[in-house]
Amino acid sequence: MSSKEPQIDHSPEVSDEIKKTTCYMCACRCGIDVHLKDGKVRYIEGNRDHPVNKGVLCGKGASGIMQHYSPARLQSPLKRVGPRGSGQFEAISWDEALETATEWLGTVRKTDPKKLAFFTGRDQSQSLTGFWAMQYGTPNFAAHGGFCSVNMAAGGLYTFGGAFWEFGDPDWERTKYFMLFGVAEDHASNPIKMGIGKLKENGAKMVSINPVRTGYNAVADEWVGIRPGTDALFVGALIHEMFRTQQIDLDYLIRYTNAPWLVIEDPGAADDGLFARDEDGEALVCDPKSGEFFSHKDKSITPALTGARTLPDGRTARPVFELMAERYLEPEYAPDAVSEATGIPAEQITRIAAELAHVAFKEEITIDQPWTDAWGRKHDKMIGRPVSMHAMRGISAHSNGFQTCRMIHILQILLGSIDCPGGFRYKPPYPKQTPPNLLPHGAIQDIKPELPLGGPHLGFPHGPQHLLIDDEGNPNRIDKAFSWDAPISAHGLMHMVINNAAKKDPYGIEVLFLYMANMAWNSSMNVPGTLDALTAKDENGDYVIPKIIYVDSYYSETVPFADLILPDTTYLERYDCISLLDRPISEADMVADSIRHPVVQPDRDVRGFQEVLIDLAGRLKLPKFTNEDGSPKYPGGYPDYIVNHERKPGIGPLAGWRGKDGDKFGVGDVNPNQLNKYIENGAFHEHKIDPEFAFFRHANRGYLDWGIEKGIRMSAEATVFQLYSEPLQRFRLAARGHGDRQPPERAKDRIEKHFDPLPFWYAPLEESLVSEDEFPLHAITQRPMHMYHSWGSQNAWLRQITAQNRLYIHRSVGEKIGAVDDDWVWLKSHLGRIKCQVRLMDGVNPHTVWTWNAIGKRRGAWGLDDDAPESNQGFLLNHLISELLPEREGGYRYSNSDPITGQAAWFDLRVSIAKADVEAGVTEPFFEPLGNATQPASPTKLAYGADFRKVDA
Amino acid sequence: MHPAYSVIFFTTASGAGYGLLFWLSLAQLFGQMPGGRWFGFFAIALALLLITAGLLSSTLHLGRPERAIGAFSQWRSSWLSREGVAAVVTYVPAGLLALFYLFGISSGLAPVLGALAAIGAVATVYCTGMIYGSLRTIRQWNHPLVPYIYLAFAGSTGAILFGFLASLIGAASIGLLIATLFLIGLGTSLKIAYWKAVDADPGQYTREMALGLPQLGKARPLDPPHSTPNFVMREMGYSVARNHAAKLRKIVMACLMIAPVLLVILALLAPLDGLWMLLAVVAAGIGIVTERWLFFAEAEHVSQLFYGAERA
Amino acid sequence: MTSLPEPTSKKLGLVIDLDICVGCQSCATSCKEWNTGGYSAPLSDHDPYGADPSGAWLNRIHSYEFGEGPEAKTVHFPRSCLHCEEPDCVTVCPTGASYKRAEDGIVLVNPDTCIGCKLCSWACPYGAREYDYDDGVMKKCTLCVDRIYNENLPEEDRVPACVRSCPTGARAFGDLGDPDSDVSRSVAEREGFNLLEEFGYKPVNKYLPPRKAQVPTQAPEKQPEQVAAPNGTAIEKLFSWVDKTLS
Ligand SMILES: Nc1nc2c(c(=O)[nH]1)N[C@H]1C(S)=C(S)[C@@H](COP(=O)(O)OP(=O)(O)OC[C@H]3O[C@@H](n4cnc5c(=O)[nH]c(N)nc54)[C@H](O)[C@@H]3O)O[C@H]1N2
Ligand SMILES: Nc1nc2c(c(=O)[nH]1)N[C@H]1C(S)=C(S)[C@@H](COP(=O)(O)OP(=O)(O)OC[C@H]3O[C@@H](n4cnc5c(=O)[nH]c(N)nc54)[C@H](O)[C@@H]3O)O[C@H]1N2
Ligand code: SF4
Ligand code: SF4
Ligand code: SF4
Ligand code: SF4
Ligand code: SF4
Ligand SMILES: [Mo]
Repeated sequence: MSSKEPQIDHSPEVSDEIKKTTCYMCACRCGIDVHLKDGKVRYIEGNRDHPVNKGVLCGKGASGIMQHYSPARLQSPLKRVGPRGSGQFEAISWDEALETATEWLGTVRKTDPKKLAFFTGRDQSQSLTGFWAMQYGTPNFAAHGGFCSVNMAAGGLYTFGGAFWEFGDPDWERTKYFMLFGVAEDHASNPIKMGIGKLKENGAKMVSINPVRTGYNAVADEWVGIRPGTDALFVGALIHEMFRTQQIDLDYLIRYTNAPWLVIEDPGAADDGLFARDEDGEALVCDPKSGEFFSHKDKSITPALTGARTLPDGRTARPVFELMAERYLEPEYAPDAVSEATGIPAEQITRIAAELAHVAFKEEITIDQPWTDAWGRKHDKMIGRPVSMHAMRGISAHSNGFQTCRMIHILQILLGSIDCPGGFRYKPPYPKQTPPNLLPHGAIQDIKPELPLGGPHLGFPHGPQHLLIDDEGNPNRIDKAFSWDAPISAHGLMHMVINNAAKKDPYGIEVLFLYMANMAWNSSMNVPGTLDALTAKDENGDYVIPKIIYVDSYYSETVPFADLILPDTTYLERYDCISLLDRPISEADMVADSIRHPVVQPDRDVRGFQEVLIDLAGRLKLPKFTNEDGSPKYPGGYPDYIVNHERKPGIGPLAGWRGKDGDKFGVGDVNPNQLNKYIENGAFHEHKIDPEFAFFRHANRGYLDWGIEKGIRMSAEATVFQLYSEPLQRFRLAARGHGDRQPPERAKDRIEKHFDPLPFWYAPLEESLVSEDEFPLHAITQRPMHMYHSWGSQNAWLRQITAQNRLYIHRSVGEKIGAVDDDWVWLKSHLGRIKCQVRLMDGVNPHTVWTWNAIGKRRGAWGLDDDAPESNQGFLLNHLISELLPEREGGYRYSNSDPITGQAAWFDLRVSIAKADVEAGVTEPFFEPLGNATQPASPTKLAYGADFRKVDA
Repeated sequence: MHPAYSVIFFTTASGAGYGLLFWLSLAQLFGQMPGGRWFGFFAIALALLLITAGLLSSTLHLGRPERAIGAFSQWRSSWLSREGVAAVVTYVPAGLLALFYLFGISSGLAPVLGALAAIGAVATVYCTGMIYGSLRTIRQWNHPLVPYIYLAFAGSTGAILFGFLASLIGAASIGLLIATLFLIGLGTSLKIAYWKAVDADPGQYTREMALGLPQLGKARPLDPPHSTPNFVMREMGYSVARNHAAKLRKIVMACLMIAPVLLVILALLAPLDGLWMLLAVVAAGIGIVTERWLFFAEAEHVSQLFYGAERA
Repeated sequence: MTSLPEPTSKKLGLVIDLDICVGCQSCATSCKEWNTGGYSAPLSDHDPYGADPSGAWLNRIHSYEFGEGPEAKTVHFPRSCLHCEEPDCVTVCPTGASYKRAEDGIVLVNPDTCIGCKLCSWACPYGAREYDYDDGVMKKCTLCVDRIYNENLPEEDRVPACVRSCPTGARAFGDLGDPDSDVSRSVAEREGFNLLEEFGYKPVNKYLPPRKAQVPTQAPEKQPEQVAAPNGTAIEKLFSWVDKTLS
């Protein structure tokens, strides 16, 4: 036999064409190169030039083909013909669909615009959807941030004008010590992975604080298996150690924070706990040498950080620093004292504190880069404290998340590590002011038929005066955002909308308009309750929520509960705009935004939702979408809007290639050729920041001025870090009976307790309300890196990786209940119980059970067969998580949310576990299959790509 | 290992076929073929039929049977290829021999053909055994006795068949039956020795070796790559419960060893030898299929160390 | 070709860093995505939307827990063909469809001559070969042979799909036969190892073990400034330190 190897073609043609656009298998928004061959997608890979992912891709992004060709895709607009939930639909034309929607929405707008509740989920077009809702005139608009991570956004924005959330990143290049709190995946999916790779390459130390040791937490050099909900104790103890061992960046505190600001101490007075201020309203500091008071803006003195002072009016005031020292040096924050509650040995806490201090102060790094601070002082270098932190939903999804998040920021600030080399870095347009100068709009007296709202819906209240409540103190908004229930709910409370609407509490609505949120399943708390609410009928047998419009691309669990379905395209078929007005893709050293554009054409009767929204705006004649003659302002649809819409003169959705010739960045005239420029450049624009402006941007004169010039900052003044948060104290004072807006009696203690201007730890609300003996375990979820919420299960490749989830329990828990791998157990909460299968592991806090999020599916959805593991063995914890806190004497049931921000407290869940007496079985509760007759049958076999090879041969 | 019926059928049927062919060839070689021309023809044809059915079944169960011709090419390294070559080569003398019988040709070539066919049969079965015996990934297969057990069982099942055929024409010879007993005894002792050996061997490879991280301590699987079984888990991860396997081994002992011995002795000593031999054929058939099923089902593949096995 | 080629100096392969791998599955799905339309296309999937979805994948990610107590670890563990130097998966093949390339050591299956007998998969101790039930041939990691030399791709993209996509940089590709290559150097520096070394197939791919924790030199606990309040409370000590520092 000859031993000749076959000659193979080493250089087959990869594709006929490469189109560059932006991934949307998740919200990370990486740049992708879509290879097309014979009109089909051959391959998707990362765009090497892209600021977000620099060429890499995640497990989801690389499975885009199967998302795009999913059998669960909707085919055309649908009109419900059976009862809600039956899934009986009739396909209709777009004309009919749009006319129906226009009629429903138009009637409400002409009568009572607040009767439209428009809530959007995982979309990234809030600058359009919010603007649309403003023009429509309903106060009831928000995106999903309220159930997602508002605690991180608000915690950061009220403290230092940025946030972990999407507004900043660790300085991956330079950091030497990195602490990761409660993150399994996060929005910066690829950047975090690349960052971890970089840390490892540089030999930095990574400490993970997480009840579970998987994923990122598995590769950490040190795993701190904390008990859920106790991070503020742990961080409080670290702060305690910093104070005790005097390892604090005093210079930094004096320069950039309100540590020296004087707080009035006058118990009972209306301004007790507020800052002492001068005539111009500027907070006062005291010069220890002269004993005189100065505005904090006066940088000619070194203000005192300690010592009670007598104000000119004779009252006492003390600097914030002193109050902090007292708070955190209390024995309750000593490592020994928090050890039991957190489950972390005291020596470990002390050691971590010492390591942090060592790296911050003994391994400081300097960059020889002169810069000028906000007060005109020149510095010849940039000094970095190479300690960085990142946190997400492990912190935010608890009802104490806002204060915990603030606590972490305080630690960063004490170490001097915000926006310095090696520390945390803002991503422009952050930092903003603390809190940002943006107030919520939608007070009920301002809502008038056919009139737009006076400003954007969501904002940052500085005190009770900014709440959206009526004279009786009742909420103006359907989700009760910005009411006494959740005064600083900067992102709304999407998780309460359906249930409130069904109870007509605070009022009933006419149309519920939902976009890209699977509210009838994994994005709701108390799924059975939510389904009842969606189908609830009044005395006349009419649905209590009369009309539901839903926009999805796929046959999700929510589709069958809507009356009118507007089918969206996939991300490869439409324009999208990832705008600086919204959640841009900036990195720390660049301002960036991007677009999506159709790289393939839809093969069915679907339309991009933004396109549809602009069409509807024209039909409804919403002011800023309509010309004076009544004709639509953007006849070219969404691309027309992206290019020609100006929010302010010269500022539009995209910042790149503005001006007639496309030579302007940030502010400039409309450029008709703008979209082409983006497409040519790989669908994004990046503007590198001058190295002089790369750090200390909260107080970097050059950056602040440049930011104003480019339209990304509102104020040229420095952002002063608010260690002590005065807005919180204002709410507290109201609870103490001051001012004309006071909380109702039931809310007074709640406000008094939680609105502490200095961060503190309190037990998560559910934990404090249910019995520890009855529900001894915490139950939490984690995002699988390869699945995006519910979307992944329709993906033939991704679902092979995880088609069913298990409940992971600590080996000791397994032993206690006599369960081994794959045994069925009952998991019970104060709301209900579910049946699921367990897997035993060691790397989990022993008081904690967990599972992968959103793997459980309802039969009939997502193009899956009825016997799919997702719906027979897969399960959701959401059936156990109540949207309301357990009942207490007194009757009123608050939302299961952070009392400050309204952030949904998904991870507060407490459960008990018992072995189930079954051999094999199915999960419970087991829901009826959803009807899906309008969907095509799913294939039983796939051989994607077979044709590409034949073409080669 | 997943016990695929096509492979079980192939190895047992063609094993018996080659066994029968072997005995017939020997009988021919030594001029001991019972009956006349028709017996010789039908007996050899039956052997070839069994062989062919087995080969066809295994061929048809290939992913690409239309390309099977390629399987003869790698005889220098591949036992599967060698088996194919040996099988095809064996057809020549065996076929000619059958034709000689059919046409009543008596030629000086016949004994040569007989010798060649016998050698071919042994070689083919040896190759079959070595396909498994050479796989170091499966300790239950990679045992030196494996090809000899294949040979012994091919020989004994073939002999039982031969005995049965001969008894049909009342020509069962004592010599043949004693040879049968001998081969059953040989197969039995080899198989028992084999069982003892594989049972005593806990497997020399551990999960920690597979993962290459013994310094990290004991390893426990957390999540498999896919939540539903993949090819490797289906093909290599088949496992049979210990007590179930023990029961099946008893069936093998009873049907493939004890029963045939008793039945052959009965056939030797008692009347109705055709009936006893028929029962012996049935019992041995059940026994050999069970033996072969177990040979797969009890085989532990090293790859399973990645999928949860602790040793292999 | 059934027999192994004479040992060659070029040994292309992957180095996988278990210290960095976070188990994100990117290498698994990008491998599937590239290869389902690549050299041995397709990689079929069965029952893709049903009860028992499965398909041919060339790269799979396991996770394991190791050890006890504070030293315990979770390790994510990608596993694909290791392109062994002396593998039986090649020699058992009856058709010669399975072969190891003389020029670079890549172990390949010829999709045009494989008969789907599965014997090679039985001979692989690593479970690295996957039969495509639909296509009737054996599939395995090709080391992206249709990428790494592909002149239609920009030079920097001539790496395997899994290496190109891995977001943490846990995967590297190169010539392990060249002691000066980056991959060989990192193997030498980090004590790269073979899976199931004892088996003797001499894998080319190497794995790098998790590193020992990087512990920064611990700060000696700062001595409280003993100026104003040598025996004071922590607060008093702190304040006197602050005063001293700021004065
Ligand atoms: N137990 C538990 N529950 C949770 C969480 C948790 O951690 N634990 N996390 C919560 C959080 S933070 C979030 S953000 C929510 C997320 O929950 P959801 O916002 O509900 O996320 P998805 O399940 O992805 O649902 C989004 C919907 O968008 C649809 N969709 C996908 N692509 C497109 C498209 O291109 N166009 C349109 N129009 N629709 C599309 C999908 O089909 C799906 O129906 O879940 C929450 N629920
Ligand atoms: N692949 C993928 N990526 C996603 C998503 C997805 O569905 N899939 N969803 C996107 C969305 S909407 C969001 S909001 C982000 C969320 O991104 P992450 O913040 O990473 O969200 P989770 O996966 O819920 O991770 C929460 C982590 O917190 C831990 N944890 C729980 N309680 C505590 C606690 O009390 N303390 C500490 N320290 N840790 C705790 C959990 O173990 C878990 O590891 O991810 C986004 N990115
Ligand atoms: S992280 Fe993955 S899914 Fe998300 S945008 Fe990037 S590539 Fe796409
Ligand atoms: S892509 Fe990289 S980090 Fe992700 S699983 Fe593969 S090797 Fe690990
Ligand atoms: S890993 Fe398996 S398939 Fe790959 S060369 Fe080695 S033995 Fe062959
Ligand atoms: S399956 Fe194909 S490659 Fe494998 S041994 Fe058989 S013929 Fe060779
Ligand atoms: S080298 Fe290519 S074929 Fe091999 S695992 Fe990586 S992507 Fe898959
Ligand atoms: Mo979220």
